[in-house]
Amino acid sequence: MEACNCVEPQWPADELLMKYQYISDFFIALAYFSIPLELIYFVKKSAVFPYRWVLVQFGAFIVLCGATHLINLWTFSMHSKTVAIVMTTAKVLTAVVSCATALMLVHIIPDLLSVKTRELFLKNKAAELDREMGLIRTQEETGRHVRMLTHEIRSTLDRHTILKTTLVELGRTLALEECALWMPTRTGLELQLSYTLRQQNPVGYTVPIHLPVINQVFSSNRALKISPNSPVARMRPLAGKHMPGEVVAVRVPLLHLSNFQINDWPELSTKRYALMVLMLPSDSARQWHVHELELVEVVADQVAVALSHAAILEESMRARDLLMEQNIALDLARREAETAIRARNDFLAVMNHEMRTPMHAIIALSSLLQETELTPEQRLMVETILKSSHLLATLINDVLDLSRLEDGSLQLEIATFNLHSVFREVHNLIKPVASVKKLSVSLNLAADLPVQAVGDEKRLMQIVLNVVGNAVKFSKEGSISITAFVAKSESLRDFRAPEFFPVQSDNHFYLRVQVKDSGSGINQQDIPKLFTKFAQTQSLATRNSGGSGLGLAICKRFVNLMEGHIWIESEGPGKGCTAIFIVKLGFAERSNESKLPFVTKVQANHVQTNFPGLKVLVMDDNGVSRSVTKGLLVHLGCDVTTVSSIDEFLHVISQEHKVVFMDVCMPGIDGYELAARIHEKFTKRHERPVLVALTGNIDKMTKENCMRVGMDGVILKPVSVDKMRSVLSELLEHRVLFEAM
Amino acid sequence: MEVGQMQRRWVDYTKSLFLEGILDGQFLQLQQLQDESNPDFVVEVVSLFFEDSEKLLNDLTRALEQPSVDFKRVDAHVHQFKGSSSSIGAQRVKNACIAFRNFCEEQNTDGCVRCVQQVKQEYYLVKNKLETLFAMEQQIVAAGGSIPILELSF
Repeated sequence: MEACNCVEPQWPADELLMKYQYISDFFIALAYFSIPLELIYFVKKSAVFPYRWVLVQFGAFIVLCGATHLINLWTFSMHSKTVAIVMTTAKVLTAVVSCATALMLVHIIPDLLSVKTRELFLKNKAAELDREMGLIRTQEETGRHVRMLTHEIRSTLDRHTILKTTLVELGRTLALEECALWMPTRTGLELQLSYTLRQQNPVGYTVPIHLPVINQVFSSNRALKISPNSPVARMRPLAGKHMPGEVVAVRVPLLHLSNFQINDWPELSTKRYALMVLMLPSDSARQWHVHELELVEVVADQVAVALSHAAILEESMRARDLLMEQNIALDLARREAETAIRARNDFLAVMNHEMRTPMHAIIALSSLLQETELTPEQRLMVETILKSSHLLATLINDVLDLSRLEDGSLQLEIATFNLHSVFREVHNLIKPVASVKKLSVSLNLAADLPVQAVGDEKRLMQIVLNVVGNAVKFSKEGSISITAFVAKSESLRDFRAPEFFPVQSDNHFYLRVQVKDSGSGINQQDIPKLFTKFAQTQSLATRNSGGSGLGLAICKRFVNLMEGHIWIESEGPGKGCTAIFIVKLGFAERSNESKLPFVTKVQANHVQTNFPGLKVLVMDDNGVSRSVTKGLLVHLGCDVTTVSSIDEFLHVISQEHKVVFMDVCMPGIDGYELAARIHEKFTKRHERPVLVALTGNIDKMTKENCMRVGMDGVILKPVSVDKMRSVLSELLEHRVLFEAM
Repeated sequence: MEVGQMQRRWVDYTKSLFLEGILDGQFLQLQQLQDESNPDFVVEVVSLFFEDSEKLLNDLTRALEQPSVDFKRVDAHVHQFKGSSSSIGAQRVKNACIAFRNFCEEQNTDGCVRCVQQVKQEYYLVKNKLETLFAMEQQIVAAGGSIPILELSF
């Protein structure tokens, strides 16, 4: 046999086994060749695959393996050496590549695995985020609901609307079966069902407030789940086999205005709460979620605030109505008072006149009658009439005076009068009356008492007369002494009159008059009453003496008007009393005495009105000479108007002005031109005022100019009074004067 | 001091003013215009004069300080001042003004400046004297007397 380089197969060809091997090899090769193809195909399809070159490696590995198996097919039968070599090469290559790949895979597989874990991790995260998103969305919705609810609740200030709206909106938002509000009763011991969602007119269910479940809810500011069987949740009779839904209750604080302290808000000191009960639909298997509870709590707070606003509003409306009512009432009262005052004043005014007139007639005629021939009885009767009518007249005067005094409308008539003569006159008036009662009256006027004084003579006399008259009236025997002197500071202060603070000044002095009598005296406790109107001490003696009791009251008023004080001292009944008063009077002005042997003439300046009311217009731009000229003319009795410019002058000049004095040296003004214009204005000679130029120049040219423009006269400044007087008289007489230089 | 003495002092003072020529007859005229219906006439007019004069003197001084003196304006001011002072009876001031006006006509700046000083001097002198006089009058009135009337013959 020829030597062929054939290689013998390893073992003899067992037919069946060989066949199976052959077929398997074939298929293996096929598979090995197709795998990389698939890989390439799919990797090409996918966008991302980071390990491409690994793939190449792997592909190479597989291809070589496939090649190996393929070549193996030829080794089953007799094959040449080439085939064996190829086979060997293939195997070697395969070995290399596969080892390389194995080594590579050690690096790569952990990476691939970690990718997987990362993927898992990301999935978890995504799931978590989904969950959170769900939560946020729910919260957002809740917030929206709350806002919407709040808006609805706060959009009205009516309490009922607020509560009704709350229930309706809550019911809608949370899809409630029933929602109810229990308000505390007035007594505070029970909760009354006030508002419900479904039932329109809740019958007044009440529940005692101190149930444990209610206490539990009230003590927490959260919405709490309560049992559906508690009294507050059982509002309708349970029908059939309802599985009642879960119930939640929350407290609603009822805040008062006083709860809103500035620093701690709100201190729930009054602890009045209402109860809001919310029921989920029965048989729905729905549960209260946390966010729903939060919603309920927020709404409860908002309701509290809205209710308090409504309460405040109600309060203020009520207060306003009350104030308006009061206002109206006060207005009415004021108008009534005004009407009353007006009526009284009218009455007084009428009475003043109407009463005095007949009184006057009675007194006058009775006194006239007294002068005629009368029988003793008639005389007695007339005297009684006279006395009574005098009393009545005095009474009328007193009443009218007093009312005017009280009004404050009485004003003292201040004038200079003779002080000494006032006392003398009172003395003269009272002497006859006193002598009838066999009382002696002595008058002492201090040496430093001014003869003249300034004050209200009439009222002063009234005071003195009244006081002295009282002294005479209440004395049955003894003597009356009247002393008058100027009060010095020690005697001014009376410990009984702490509010009397006389102030010394140069223009005034205080007259102190003391009238001491030895009469019946007065009790210490009666003294204050003396000066009150119509009050009389009730002893018989005084009752008989008559008098209305107004006298001393009026005296006190007058004395007060004169900024003085009046009081009575007495040591008791039977010991006589002293009436003292102090009034403020002014010093009379001293007469002017200027004895000057040196001055030649002392004459009283009297206004010389030679030209009374003569209307004169003076135009001068120099303020000083203007006022001097004006003073001159005013001294002569003229009615002077002054102007300082041409415009003013033209504005003011009129036919009424008889004479015009104008300064023709005014700068920037041509006095002569002005004169010409005046001539134009007043064409008729008798309408035109007399024009006189005042100038400081005495030259001939000035005089000529003046004549030329039609001035009626020229006077040289400064002018004396006599000069002015003669000028004016000449002007008015002759209407022309050119000589006053 | 008693009223009579004060009045005598016043008379002497017034007489001295006239003798020195500070005041002239016009001032007497002003005094004559003062009466019960116008008790402060003299004081008012004199105060007005003081006010006016202050202003005028300021204007004059400023006008003369200008680099180029406007003699027309200066003359106008002096004219005013002359008028016022003669209305009051401030004789020396008036005379000073008359002299001033002459310099203005000549447009003599130095002369004018000198005159301004002169006028000021006279003005302040008469102002001083009049203020003293009025103070004395106030004292007399406060003591209860009255201002005597002077009749001086000229």
